[in-house]
Amino acid sequence: MYVAVKGGERAIARSLELLAEARRGDPAVAELELAQIRQQLRLAVARVMQEGSLYDEELAALAIRQAAGDLQEAIFLLRAYRTTLPRFGYSEPLETAAMRVRRRVSGTFKDIPGGQVLGPTYDYTQRLLEFGNEAIGVCAPAEQPLPEGMPRVLDLLDAEALIERAEPGDDAEPADLTRDPLMFPADRATRLQNLARGDEGFLLGMAYSTQRGYAESHPFAGEIRMGEVDVLICPEELGFPIAIGEITLTECQMINQFHGGNGTPPQFTRGYGLSMGEGERKAMAMALVDRSLRCAELGEAAHAPAQDQEFVLSHTDNVEASGFVQHLKLPHYVDFQAELSLLRTLAAQARDTATEEPA
Amino acid sequence: MSTAYNFAFLDENTKRMLRRGLLKAVAIPGYQVPFGSREMPLPYGWGTGGIQLTAALLGPDDVLKVIDQGADDTTNAVNIRRFFARVAGVATTERTAEATLIQTRHRIPETPLREDQVLVFQVPEPEPLRTLEPREAETRSLHALADYGLMHVKLYEDIARYGHIATSYDYPVLVDGRYLASPSPIPKFDNPKLDGSPALMLFGAGREKRLYAIPPYTRVESLAFDDHPFEIQRWEHVCALCGSDESYLDEVVVDDRGTRLFVCSDTDYCAQRRDAAVASEENAEAAA
Repeated sequence: MYVAVKGGERAIARSLELLAEARRGDPAVAELELAQIRQQLRLAVARVMQEGSLYDEELAALAIRQAAGDLQEAIFLLRAYRTTLPRFGYSEPLETAAMRVRRRVSGTFKDIPGGQVLGPTYDYTQRLLEFGNEAIGVCAPAEQPLPEGMPRVLDLLDAEALIERAEPGDDAEPADLTRDPLMFPADRATRLQNLARGDEGFLLGMAYSTQRGYAESHPFAGEIRMGEVDVLICPEELGFPIAIGEITLTECQMINQFHGGNGTPPQFTRGYGLSMGEGERKAMAMALVDRSLRCAELGEAAHAPAQDQEFVLSHTDNVEASGFVQHLKLPHYVDFQAELSLLRTLAAQARDTATEEPA
Repeated sequence: MSTAYNFAFLDENTKRMLRRGLLKAVAIPGYQVPFGSREMPLPYGWGTGGIQLTAALLGPDDVLKVIDQGADDTTNAVNIRRFFARVAGVATTERTAEATLIQTRHRIPETPLREDQVLVFQVPEPEPLRTLEPREAETRSLHALADYGLMHVKLYEDIARYGHIATSYDYPVLVDGRYLASPSPIPKFDNPKLDGSPALMLFGAGREKRLYAIPPYTRVESLAFDDHPFEIQRWEHVCALCGSDESYLDEVVVDDRGTRLFVCSDTDYCAQRRDAAVASEENAEAAA
């Protein structure tokens, strides 16, 4: 006699043991140290911090090791930890104009005050596998330091009134997507927050689609800058801001053509992207999608997926997407049984109809 | 019990937010209340909504039962039960009658529930109109206007095409004559148990960040037409283990020649019936 499958608890315990064993691999090979991951896999660490919405390199490295290098799993681990953390307050807006720049390029002007600074980039590496003779990373110092202040490239256009103004401080208090549900229509601050947490691959695909005729937005990379920015908070008992540390950020300001509409004269418009650590691909993709999602505000015809905020914003989050896609492997015996009975009824009906109708 | 986390994992402020959402949900039966769904240490789509509601409701004296597909021993049910045993240290049970709080995925227990019990459903898609209208802004206004024509047309088209309504699970219900709601993907067999239930029924959708409620003794109608009344699934078989002819049956393939066996999906109900049968046999022998 058949007895219903039992033993889920034991099976789970064994599975966890197998997982631990597989993750560690051959015990004769040294285990990865967190410092190695932090330093030698720093771009993975940056992505996990960005999409995990938590700036902590040590924890991100721990998550990457625990997830055996599966970055989405690491992001999930970090998010599940982050959700338990108390909230002490909010920082002052980050001043990216005062960034201690390590990289800064513009696709719109040949030379810019402060200069083009390549910094550490994969852009010109030629992508040849370095078989065992990878150069030891030593870089000769520059002859002179970078200038202190690096004005934003877009501010140059701003002076000529050729680009829309981005006035600080005229927005309402931004929503916090980790505390409040996403509601539609979402304002720009909320959209940017969603995109910032969104999956890099998804945003990259959406951004790419805007370049291929689905919501053509004629973008130029006005400026991309990467470097360190101070984080300031203003404790109530002090009444003035104090720096609590610095974080690495990548910022992208896209410039997009706009032919005028909704009472606005023809001018350049902006798309904005920001990513923790060195996350240039993410920041650029985010800026393109930010711009395409502004179609309603600018009175542009919306016909492409990247202009549809419900479509884009509902599907950016890879922790949500990964969970829901993979929940299909959970048992669905009951609903499947219901569908099975239904299909048998329908099939029987179809057979009856076929026999009734003479050929 | 793990002490690194607050009782039942969530912090008290989050629980308060959830309870306030639940009070609103109970006050407006069937209405989807948006809530600040937290990221849980279990994946979205695996019961994060139900888990958050359970976490907000659990007290130290509660007795928790977790089922998936009607069974206590399916891996995800085991995992959620393990989670709460770990972070809340509450007593758990597989007996429906002993539980004060039952978290479920895809079934309502066969054993009738009581006033002192709460049933928490895991909900993948709280919006019953979603497959007909993907836009949230649009479905919200349809609910506000109680405009459920889309759903009626869908059901009508089923009848026109197949002669009957071709929805077998997640069958839409009208709660208290007002809001169209998803009963979660329970088979329509379970829908009648929603109507006038003495137990409070709460629904949590973590990924979609919505919760809703069917308060005790609320009228819940499964949508139908006068000439095509609502019907539930029936089987030609009885349960191969306990002989029940009134429970929802799972079909089990037992060999590679396609031999099938039908058994109760509610494992506790089935086990209770088998125990009772053994006991009455023993009693009969003792009396003889």
